[in-house]
Amino acid sequence: MSLGSIPMRYRVKIDREQCMECMRCIDNCSYGVFREENGKIHIDSRNCTVCHRCISMCPRDAIDLHERPVDYRSHPLWTPEAREDIINQARGGKIILSGMGNAKPYPVIFDRLVLDACQVTNPSIDPLREPMELRTYIGKKPKQLHITKNEAGDLELETELSPNLKLDTPIMIGHMSYGAISLNAQLSLAKAAAKVGTYMGTGEGGLHEHLHPYQNNMIVQVASGRFGVDIDYLERGAAIEIKIGQGAKPGIGGHLPGEKVCADISCTRMIPQGSDAISPAPHHDIYSIEDLAQLVRSLKEATNWEKPVFVKIAAVHNTAAIAAGIARSSADAVVIDGFRGGTGAAPKVFRDNVGIPIEAAIASVDQKLHDQGIRNKLSVIASGGIRNSADIAKAIALGADAVYIGTAALVSMGCRVCGNCYRGLCPWGIATQREDLVQRLDPEIESEHVANLINSWTLELSEIMGAAGINSIESLRSNRSRLRGYMLDEGTLEVLEVKPVGA
Amino acid sequence: MCGIIGVIDRKMNKMDGSSIRDALSLMNERGSGEGAGYAAYGIYPDFADCYALHVFFDNLVEPKSTVDDMIQKWGRIVYQEEIPTYQQPGLKRAHVPWRYFFKPYSDLMTGSSTPEDDIVKHLVMHINSDIKGALVFSSGKNMGVFKAAGWPEDVANFYRIENYEGHIWIAHNRYPTNTPGWWGGAHPFNLLDWGVVHNGEITSYGTNRRFVESNGYTCSMFTDTEVVAYLFDLLGRHHKLPEEAIVKALAPPFWDEIDSMEDKEHELNKAIRLTYGPALMNGPFAIVVATQNWMVGFTDRIKLRPLVVGENGDRLYISSEEAAIRVMDPNVQKVYMPKAGEPVIGRVIE
Repeated sequence: MSLGSIPMRYRVKIDREQCMECMRCIDNCSYGVFREENGKIHIDSRNCTVCHRCISMCPRDAIDLHERPVDYRSHPLWTPEAREDIINQARGGKIILSGMGNAKPYPVIFDRLVLDACQVTNPSIDPLREPMELRTYIGKKPKQLHITKNEAGDLELETELSPNLKLDTPIMIGHMSYGAISLNAQLSLAKAAAKVGTYMGTGEGGLHEHLHPYQNNMIVQVASGRFGVDIDYLERGAAIEIKIGQGAKPGIGGHLPGEKVCADISCTRMIPQGSDAISPAPHHDIYSIEDLAQLVRSLKEATNWEKPVFVKIAAVHNTAAIAAGIARSSADAVVIDGFRGGTGAAPKVFRDNVGIPIEAAIASVDQKLHDQGIRNKLSVIASGGIRNSADIAKAIALGADAVYIGTAALVSMGCRVCGNCYRGLCPWGIATQREDLVQRLDPEIESEHVANLINSWTLELSEIMGAAGINSIESLRSNRSRLRGYMLDEGTLEVLEVKPVGA
Repeated sequence: MCGIIGVIDRKMNKMDGSSIRDALSLMNERGSGEGAGYAAYGIYPDFADCYALHVFFDNLVEPKSTVDDMIQKWGRIVYQEEIPTYQQPGLKRAHVPWRYFFKPYSDLMTGSSTPEDDIVKHLVMHINSDIKGALVFSSGKNMGVFKAAGWPEDVANFYRIENYEGHIWIAHNRYPTNTPGWWGGAHPFNLLDWGVVHNGEITSYGTNRRFVESNGYTCSMFTDTEVVAYLFDLLGRHHKLPEEAIVKALAPPFWDEIDSMEDKEHELNKAIRLTYGPALMNGPFAIVVATQNWMVGFTDRIKLRPLVVGENGDRLYISSEEAAIRVMDPNVQKVYMPKAGEPVIGRVIE
């Protein structure tokens, strides 16, 4: 007996009175929703991913799109999604793949934290009239300085500092590889990073030569697959990041299907054309903190100890202890990627169920590093589900030095979070390698959009800080007394070390 | 709000507390009668080698015997007594102020370059956070803090501070806005020889607190000024930073200024900001900090609180108001207002 088909999720309609049959929707939809038959546009709503490309490009606003409620028997446990997943797996016998971040309705802790503002006795600071400092240095700082006074009474610095990355804003762009996203998308991000004085990650796909002009604003990644890694690659990066885990899929590796490995990607990743690029879950030379320390130091040695080395881990239950170990491995920063982190492709069961929220992870890492007196030993970068400047302010107040944004940067380039990145058909030219689709994305224009986003969030951060009477980002970091928890349970408040509202 | 004043005699000539009492009272508009206090240096010459532990006891039974036991494990009580006080109509006696003159057994604190100081610091942290009904509010050598919830003149008269003579005095008139007006919350705040009076609110308190706590201090007095004393102890005593460097850490120049400095100065200031970012104090403040042989006054980086300096011969005055300085010294010369974040340092000339 056949399982039959599952009902379609969305209904696409065209207002035929408005439509001028220009066929632009057909050209724009890479998922095959629209097709022409006998000079008329026909619709196959079943193919729709809600990427909104057709709606955005329709010159007559003639396209209408609605979620289509499905009349399964309502049941609190056996949701339509649960049943559809079973039907799909019964049919295919495969892991269900997904793109973008966790799509389950867990409460968002950021949304239950409120920021503080000054009133009367403590003046707020107007960023339009007073200096507001968001400059951030990422890297190891000494625990203390040795400063002496010479005979003339001048102060002499005796301590030598480790190399740090200088950021004009605490907002960086996270690692999205060439392969997961298009070269034009990477170019847009790189140009934006250079414009706003910050950094972006290459991801584990190597560094394409077109990105070399922006290498001073790029952090090169070393993942378990070691794709694209050679000495030239390491030397080009402003910093090096070892990727251990990723928020969307803690505990598992990455996989770029062979059909996406075109000539250009094969060159950049240094793998044969058409071969699967598999990054295994573990680094096969890292089975302990000591092994990690060895890799950190090897990378430093290779680059003459001139570049900061980051370690990226997914936020999991014992993240704090791991981060404390990383602090002792000679690494300069730890990137904690929360369970709302995005991805090009991940098993849905991982994306939606593994890991912990970034808010709790940052708070516990910051606390642990402080408890052990080693907070200065490394910077903490928060990533995974940062949606606006308030999230950034809250992440910093919980203990982050800076944040990585990923999905938000993609959205600023057109992405509609349709979650189909793994299919390689992104109609916005972002998560695809199909030449005609990639061409849709103009790096000049999109870099402007990404830069605008970061600039506007930076301005908002300045305002938030000014309202709290703070004119230097250092004073927001770990400043949990500027946060209150609203409708958060006692246990979570304790982990966050934040007082409830009214306290 | 809040009024602060400090004076140092660079030749270590002694001043009694009467004139600073009058100066502080002049600034009563800056207070609310909920806290005032004085700290004086050089007041206990007979016990100059002992730590003078001033303790507020809720009663002289349980908390005192616990404190006695505790401190006697770590050293010897050379002398102890109730601090003489005199009933004042405007001041409600909430605690019994007691003082111990204490000599630590330095061999009990291994691995420290300043074992006696570290023993006393440990005792202060431990008593203040763990022993109910006892609060050490002064722990320096040959110096002492006298404070209570009340108006400046009442507090001064309660302790009869005119009976004490010191070469440095700092004083504070409190207008509590964030935390309750209670004896422990009155200024000066003190740890070892560091005495702090502060006008303002430190918006970076959460950051500063976490920083000092990760360096072995425990904040137990619910107020932002407490961290300033600990920051000075950490940076000044443990990290041995010169006075100017401590102020650069707490109220550093803006990046624009640092960027335009010559290479060597640029490197120094950048290193201080990077290393001591969590010690940077934000928000409106004017602070006077004293220790045995120097006193420093400085404000926040955009000067959201007033600070005036006056000099006359060997005496340097720092206060919220010029009028207060003139009460202490009608002939004061060279009255000026320092720039935001710029430290004004008065040192004893040996």
